[in-house]
Amino acid sequence: MIQIQRLSKEFNNNLVLNELSLNVQTGQTCVIIGRSGCGKSVLLKHIVGLLRPDSGKVLVQGKEVASLKELELVALRAKISMVFQGGALFDSMDITKNVGFGLLEHTRMSQKEILERVEESLSLVGLGGIGNLMPSELSGGMKKRVALARAICIKPEIILYDEPTTGVDPISGDSINELIRSLHDKLQVTSLVVTHDMKSAYHIADKIAMMYKGKIILEGTPEQIRETTDPVVHQFINGLSKGPITEVVDTFK
Amino acid sequence: MFTLFFMDLGRKILSFMYFFGGLASLTAQTVYQTFKPPYKYGHIVEQCRKAGYDSLPIVSVVALFIGFIFALQFGYFMQRIGSEMYIASLVALAIVRELGPVVTALIVAGRVGAANPAELGSMQVTEQIDALETLATNPVKYLVVPRFVALSIMLPLLTLYANIIGILGSYLICVVKLGTTSSMYMNMTFSALFYKDLFTGLFKAWIFGMVIALVSCYEGFNVQGGAVGVGKATMRSVVFSFLMIIAADCFITALFYFIFP
Ligand SMILES: Nc1ncnc2c1ncn2[C@@H]1O[C@H](COP(=O)(O)OP(=O)(O)OP(=O)(O)O)[C@@H](O)[C@H]1O
Ligand SMILES: [Mg+2]
Repeated sequence: MIQIQRLSKEFNNNLVLNELSLNVQTGQTCVIIGRSGCGKSVLLKHIVGLLRPDSGKVLVQGKEVASLKELELVALRAKISMVFQGGALFDSMDITKNVGFGLLEHTRMSQKEILERVEESLSLVGLGGIGNLMPSELSGGMKKRVALARAICIKPEIILYDEPTTGVDPISGDSINELIRSLHDKLQVTSLVVTHDMKSAYHIADKIAMMYKGKIILEGTPEQIRETTDPVVHQFINGLSKGPITEVVDTFK
Repeated sequence: MFTLFFMDLGRKILSFMYFFGGLASLTAQTVYQTFKPPYKYGHIVEQCRKAGYDSLPIVSVVALFIGFIFALQFGYFMQRIGSEMYIASLVALAIVRELGPVVTALIVAGRVGAANPAELGSMQVTEQIDALETLATNPVKYLVVPRFVALSIMLPLLTLYANIIGILGSYLICVVKLGTTSSMYMNMTFSALFYKDLFTGLFKAWIFGMVIALVSCYEGFNVQGGAVGVGKATMRSVVFSFLMIIAADCFITALFYFIFP
């Protein structure tokens, strides 16, 4: 379970998160939607403790992330995976080492078991047999899927996905959605997914939360979101350039 | 005009203090992580190869030429006063005490001091360092410790090697060109050198190795702003390494001068 309580974060006088609160139950898939640059990636980085809150708290499985000791944080991170927006593959290592990194560093599993697990994770994202390529030899979408394989390889209890389907072709995108669903259905993984793709949001979400101006302005089931009367959310999910959200539209004029 | 100047000066001093604060904190973390198990020998060996073994060609060439140059320069004066045989002693002392460690350190600072921030900096801007952390791996332990250990081992070894090559260069000039006999040259070299001279030289090299590793990794971790930032960090790393090597050299030389007169 992830509890975010009145979380605020500011970068050089730019208030990105403004007393944001959100709860994700264990086993739930929560999709976060919001404008580009509204602070979705920043929010995810607070959950794994890469950024420290200016005020407010993030509790993961009941523990406050920012106040954990080194060892507790390591233990927590062994249970959380994050798929970075840009993939963040280690470009000095081949794909097998990238995907198996967590297992190689932190478990006593044998080389053979690790290789099997790596191959299994890679085939789950439709990339079996590319283990000995280097990240620089892959396309952008393939890197994204390898990053996803790296995230699921350690069998985490919580996965944070930062735009897992952006830059991926529609067919692979759909299989990523299926993968997220099946992790949810079969393994009760708690997921927090950032996406701009409304179709996939409706497909995978138990709950959708819309972020706007540093807060969650609306959360609800996919049906509730689809039928919302909130003008901001309505404009966003339908992709309209006219409506209450105007900043970018103004700058384009 | 003046206020602007002082504001700028103030900002420079602040950023300088910030740099040393950050460097001190990285040093503390690195030393702590170095002694904390588990130990990753594989990464250390890899870095030893990159920093030490791969530096051998350039160190050889530079040390050899320095040997040539010093023999010729000293020869110019020593021949005038008819004391060619002391060239060997002078060159040995100059190289072992000063030139060997400093020149080797400057070469390594140019190679490794530029490679580290470029590599760590691009890892930083592509979020690979964040990814390491989320995979429950301490970036200092994983990235800085192998570089730190490798450089503090390899720089003294490289220095020792440069000393030998430098003296060899001077030997060639003296024996072939200035007519010193081979045994005479050897004699004058070994009678001039004490263990103390070798020890202070290698001690300096050890300090320089740690300085280069820490400065370059610190700059790599603190890259801001994409490719331009990586370039800036690389430049800063080389410049600060040079400065700190020279400053540390002066300090250590003075220290030893007063401790072991
Ligand atoms: N390390 C940082 N330093 C300064 N500002 C930052 C930093 N990280 C993020 N920001 C700022 O925080 C804001 C939110 O960034 P974030 O990356 O979270 O956006 P996002 O919602 O993920 O957008 P996108 O959908 O395009 O990925 C941006 O205005 C960005 O400039
Ligand atoms: Mg983002």
